[in-house]
Amino acid sequence: MIDKLTYSERQSASFILVAVAVVGLLMAAFGNSNQLGVHGVIVMIFAAALLYPVLSAIYAPEPVEDREASYYDDPIKVGIVLAMAWAIFGMFMGVWVAAQLAWPNLAFDAAWSTFGRLRPTHTSGIIFGFGGNALIATSFHVVQRTSRARLAGQVSPWFVLFGYNLFCVLAVSGYFIGVTQSKEYAEAEWYADLWLVVVWVTYFILYLRTLARRKEPHIYVANWYFMAFILVVAMLHIVNNLAIPIAWSSAKSYTIWPGVQDAMVQWWYGHNAVAFFLTAGFLGMLYYYLPVRAQRPIFSYRLSILSFWGIVFFYMWAGSHHLHYTALPHWVQTLGMTFSVMLLVPSWASAGNALLTLNGAWDRVRSDATLRFMMAAAVFYGLSTFEGSFLAIRPVNALSHYTDWTVGHVHAGALGWVALITFGSIYTLVPTLWKRERMYSAALIEWHFWLAIAGTLIYIFAMWNSGIIQGLMWRTYTGENTLAYSFVDSLVAMYPYYIARAFGGLLFLIGAAIGCYNIWMTVKAVPSTVPATPDAPETAAAVPGE
Amino acid sequence: MEVKEQDPVTGRETTGHEWNGIKELDTPVPRGILLFLIVTHIWAVAWWFFAPTWPLGTTYTKGLLGIDQRTTVEERVVEGQQARQDWMARIESEPYDQILADENLMQIVRSSGRQLFGDNCAACHGRDARGRANYPDLTDGDWIWGSGPEAIEQTMRVGVNTEHPESRIGQMPAFGRDGMLERDQVRAVAAYVYSLTHPEFSTPENVERIEAGQQVFAETCSACHGETGEGSAEAGAPNLTDNYWLYGGDLDTIIATVHGGRQGHMPTWDERLTNAEIRMLSLYVHDLGNRQP
Ligand code: HEC
Ligand code: HEC
Repeated sequence: MIDKLTYSERQSASFILVAVAVVGLLMAAFGNSNQLGVHGVIVMIFAAALLYPVLSAIYAPEPVEDREASYYDDPIKVGIVLAMAWAIFGMFMGVWVAAQLAWPNLAFDAAWSTFGRLRPTHTSGIIFGFGGNALIATSFHVVQRTSRARLAGQVSPWFVLFGYNLFCVLAVSGYFIGVTQSKEYAEAEWYADLWLVVVWVTYFILYLRTLARRKEPHIYVANWYFMAFILVVAMLHIVNNLAIPIAWSSAKSYTIWPGVQDAMVQWWYGHNAVAFFLTAGFLGMLYYYLPVRAQRPIFSYRLSILSFWGIVFFYMWAGSHHLHYTALPHWVQTLGMTFSVMLLVPSWASAGNALLTLNGAWDRVRSDATLRFMMAAAVFYGLSTFEGSFLAIRPVNALSHYTDWTVGHVHAGALGWVALITFGSIYTLVPTLWKRERMYSAALIEWHFWLAIAGTLIYIFAMWNSGIIQGLMWRTYTGENTLAYSFVDSLVAMYPYYIARAFGGLLFLIGAAIGCYNIWMTVKAVPSTVPATPDAPETAAAVPGE
Repeated sequence: MEVKEQDPVTGRETTGHEWNGIKELDTPVPRGILLFLIVTHIWAVAWWFFAPTWPLGTTYTKGLLGIDQRTTVEERVVEGQQARQDWMARIESEPYDQILADENLMQIVRSSGRQLFGDNCAACHGRDARGRANYPDLTDGDWIWGSGPEAIEQTMRVGVNTEHPESRIGQMPAFGRDGMLERDQVRAVAAYVYSLTHPEFSTPENVERIEAGQQVFAETCSACHGETGEGSAEAGAPNLTDNYWLYGGDLDTIIATVHGGRQGHMPTWDERLTNAEIRMLSLYVHDLGNRQP
């Protein structure tokens, strides 16, 4: 991989890595024995681990071929491997915390393994580790193919990929040692947040510059979504994480947002993380890999436009539905609720557009588990967006808020939509990327598919039951107008559902492990092939937009 | 570049764009979607008219219904309080005997007290109030700090070994660890205490140890646990002659108790629960013990 870089590119890579290591050293020195110091050491190790291969090959022969005549696939391959590694880690942590809820002794009486610390390792591991790496990898793939142009940089794709993973490592390792901002899905502390800004801006510029090189007159829908994802996540991340560290030598910071405004900013961020990270980005994936796999044209270009702008516009307003019946003023809640309901149609339009694209390919959905992954993802996307709008209605929310119903809803989206579309996309992508005839085993993809579906259904049915029972128990009154149940009573009622949920999660994890094995064997054991249609950028100097 | 084609499956035309093999059909937006879009918008706009919605500088549109969540909550709280007022006032003010004699009122104590107990006491005493190691069983009719609702109320108000100025103090000294008794003496007195509830332990080979223990007990322990070991509510020293144990009645646990001492902590509820709630719980706990055979 390093042999594809020129000598001067290798030099700049080394320079960047040395600079990162120096920052790590400073953190370690100033943070001395506190958590910042620990993170300084981690940063140094991370940089050194990458510096070693770069330096060992720094005088290796330079590439002779014309790099612009081929797509830049190495970072994508590494991104896929990292995504799968994070998937296993994140899902394992998920099963563990789920099991802790049923059997609290599984925390083994240590501080690092308490529920409060492990839970964000699960959410960040999955959302940022698995989801984020999959998004970066597929976005690099999609933007090159749909622009017929190579990525606009040799070192920057690596910088984005590894820089992003450094952020993930800092975030997750921090939770174990008690570093947190206590903002859901934004737990990482100020220095990690600053670093992510640098990485993310590089990502955005790289993406824009690549698009600017395109040899196609139009920008494909998938790229609209990827752009919305990158741009809005930058905005959300910066605003929500505005904070002042208590000292430059400390890992701890305080947010600049006071009281209920903090809550509002947090859930504006939180909900739009769902919208632009977990929805827009993955719709980008769907819009590329689904039609490619189904070999069908997109059902309706006009519907794509309607749903894209609908989603981008309405989501922005919906965050306050996370704060119904709180100190947040009533009028903000009404706004959040009504915009959440108006959001439903554009969401369903996307799901419908995907499913109608399959018209003429349903026989293939039946026989090809990879395509079925994407079909099921679109169905779950439709289901969970309906559920989301429904839960955003205040009187419904009065029952569902703070219950497991919310958790079930999130997982209908996370397992059913995000993970399934990712697996479908990866199974489509891996053989093309490594130039293999096919995936190693179609039977194993079937296994993965059914384990994932069974796990998801068990999970969400358990949480629907448990959530609704919880909600009802909390609002049942005796004839004397006192509460009929104590909180502990509701916990006892949850117990069987917590066991079922952990079991559903375990099935999903086993499926992902099978997927890893299948990918590994595809790369190792399946004979390579030359693609029927040439898979290379257009090198003739065509002008973008004709 | 723009070559429009006919899609054989749907009969629609493509838009003529193509990206690495991906094409798009020019299908118009289905009517159902447009209709649905209109319905959700009408629904939303209707809410804007009825409920508080749009900010206007320092104020906001109040909506035709004139609702606001804060006033709604306040009203509901007042309604609830009114509905509970009659029986709450009686529990707060009537003497315990009178309440205990009123089966209807006791029925309320049982149903409403259960939830209060679950939310405040169950974490330590268990959902069924049967306790566990280190936390007393409140249903066994055996009381360290005295029986009856008045004594229970006092225990709840001031707690045991708390910061409350009138806290009940129950300190079982660490005789072994703090060097007040020799190792042998600790073992001997523990054997004696054990023999009080386990007569079969007084075998000829143990008798010497037990008698030595009895000596120690009379000198050291009886001040708090009483001459006969039947305990004292004043010192909070439990009865050692019955089969109810807070920490455990096996020989090893007794040795551990005498060696390391015990200072159980029961929180004070004076500031955390209302008068009526404390009285209701006292009655509830008392009633639990009474219902036990
Ligand atoms: C933090 C744990 C804890 C909680 C919560 C708690 N208790 Fe206790 N309670 C104790 C302990 C420990 C004792 C034993 C104190 C001692 O060593 O004498 C005790 C003792 C008592 C006693 C005296 C028992 C006796 O034998 O005299 C009563 C009555 C009692 N608790 C009632 C309650 C009630 C009612 C509540 C709920 C409002 C409650 N407790 C909540 C820990 C707790
Ligand atoms: C200063 C008063 C005091 C003296 C002296 C004292 N105790 Fe205690 N003892 C207590 C108190 C108070 C408790 C209850 C502690 C608690 O509830 O946490 C207790 C508890 C115990 C228990 C535990 C009972 C159970 O239910 O698990 C044993 C056994 C015991 N004492 C034995 C002894 C022996 C033997 C001696 C003499 C060596 C002794 N005590 C001397 C006050 C005393």
